[in-house]
Amino acid sequence: MIIRPKRHFSFLYFRRRLMNIASLCLASAAMFIGLAWLALILFSLIKNGLPGLSLNVFTQMTQAPGSNGGLLNAIFGSLLIVFFAVFIGAPIGLFIGTYLSEYGKMSRFAVTVRFVNDIFISAPSILLGLFIYQIYVTHVGHFSGWAGSLALSLLVIPIVVRTTEDMFFLVPTPLREAAAALGAPKWKVLISVVLRVSRTGVLTGILLATARITGETAPLLFTALNNQFWNVNMNQPMANLPTVIFQYAMSPYEDWHQLAWAGALLITLFVLGLNIVVRIAFKQKSPLS
Amino acid sequence: MNQTDNVKIKTRDLHFYYGKFHALKGINFEVRKNCVTALIGPSGCGKSTLLRTFNRMYELYTGQYAMGEILYEHHNILSPREDLNMLRSKIGMVFQKPTPFPMSIFDNVAFGVKLYETLSQDELAARVEWALNKAALWKEVKHILKRSGLGLSGGQQQRLCIARAIAVKPEVILLDEPTSALDPISTSYIEELIRELKTDYTICIVTHNMHQAKRISDYTAYMYLGELIESNTSEIIFSSPTHPLTRDFVSGKMG
Repeated sequence: MIIRPKRHFSFLYFRRRLMNIASLCLASAAMFIGLAWLALILFSLIKNGLPGLSLNVFTQMTQAPGSNGGLLNAIFGSLLIVFFAVFIGAPIGLFIGTYLSEYGKMSRFAVTVRFVNDIFISAPSILLGLFIYQIYVTHVGHFSGWAGSLALSLLVIPIVVRTTEDMFFLVPTPLREAAAALGAPKWKVLISVVLRVSRTGVLTGILLATARITGETAPLLFTALNNQFWNVNMNQPMANLPTVIFQYAMSPYEDWHQLAWAGALLITLFVLGLNIVVRIAFKQKSPLS
Repeated sequence: MNQTDNVKIKTRDLHFYYGKFHALKGINFEVRKNCVTALIGPSGCGKSTLLRTFNRMYELYTGQYAMGEILYEHHNILSPREDLNMLRSKIGMVFQKPTPFPMSIFDNVAFGVKLYETLSQDELAARVEWALNKAALWKEVKHILKRSGLGLSGGQQQRLCIARAIAVKPEVILLDEPTSALDPISTSYIEELIRELKTDYTICIVTHNMHQAKRISDYTAYMYLGELIESNTSEIIFSSPTHPLTRDFVSGKMG
């Protein structure tokens, strides 16, 4: 005959329940503190930015204070600079990530590259701007859209390297073996199977890198600079939203403040939109399920 | 045909290492042409390791290496000059878990074919149908060839993988516990399939399930702790094995 312990109303049981409630409260409180600031930021952004979001913003160039200017050249410039930054940075990142995951693996060289890449990810972005200023801008002698794209592409590369390697790592080993067992050479296994399985993850990484660089100001200050006028020449200084926001917000003029808020709201909406696209477009087709 | 012509794969004093771990200790073993040869033994005895040396699958990983000789049609495939991709197109493999590629059913079967042959669209379609028919899957998928292979049931996926292996017309098919992740109905389908396939292919199967080995194989080899204990016709292995370890295993005393 076994004597079973009394389980109800024991001290241990109550202590456990109490601990459970206490930790739940603490965790919830932490979440609310975090979320509250985010909500506050978004709220003030919408409150101040929405009234400034007139048609002028999308049809007029940046102009002198008091002359009803807009942000057209800055919006266009930002899109162009970001596009080329991703166009340059994403393929390089993709190749490095592929090397690390499929060829370098745990070799000493690959481990070093991985370590440096991790530092690169968290490097202050202003450093990357200064770097491009040193090696490119001072040599060609003028600021330009290309310099801005180059600086931003340095931010894209480490993010894409990281997500690509992580996504390739998730591809199940038996799948690679199955392709190799059919006599497929390594590059074929990579393109037809590994990249195919992980393409949504890799694309997500590229889009998130795009979202990340859209709001970067520091790397553009010494590279793309700014431009009052309509400009499609990437070889010239180029207007872009972050720098315009920076400049306008620092100015003493009320209408420039308004435009800065509108620009900030535009960037936020763009990044938000990009994130939503990533979620919706890639949600159903999860390859690893 | 004499005895030696009948042998498709033969190992001579084969040793295998996972880093420092000595996984196969001097295996001398034969796989006969157009027969089903089963490898049985308790977990960790090296039966999957042995199977994976026949197409040098272990080459995908660093630190794994084999020593000795594996003669495939009288030439040593362990030689460094061996073209691995070519070898693997002749020796197909099906794995424990179904591994359909993330593409359509048609493309899954056509994948290996397109690697080594240039066929017209019609010829390719005919080949895919032929392979799916051989794998007893054609009737179930002929209307959904464009759909993803991932949408099939586990048993269907495994038959798709067999079709994929057959489609390249290999000479040998290696099966690594092909039914251990499947339900009894799917298992019986695949066992039936294996019995039919041996007229055209040489088959070597690793199985955890002794009854399965008894049902489908012509020859059986019993392995224990990296050594080949006994190998003979399945009839003898399961009725009157000579080695006491084999006797314990097949009678269910151990394993």
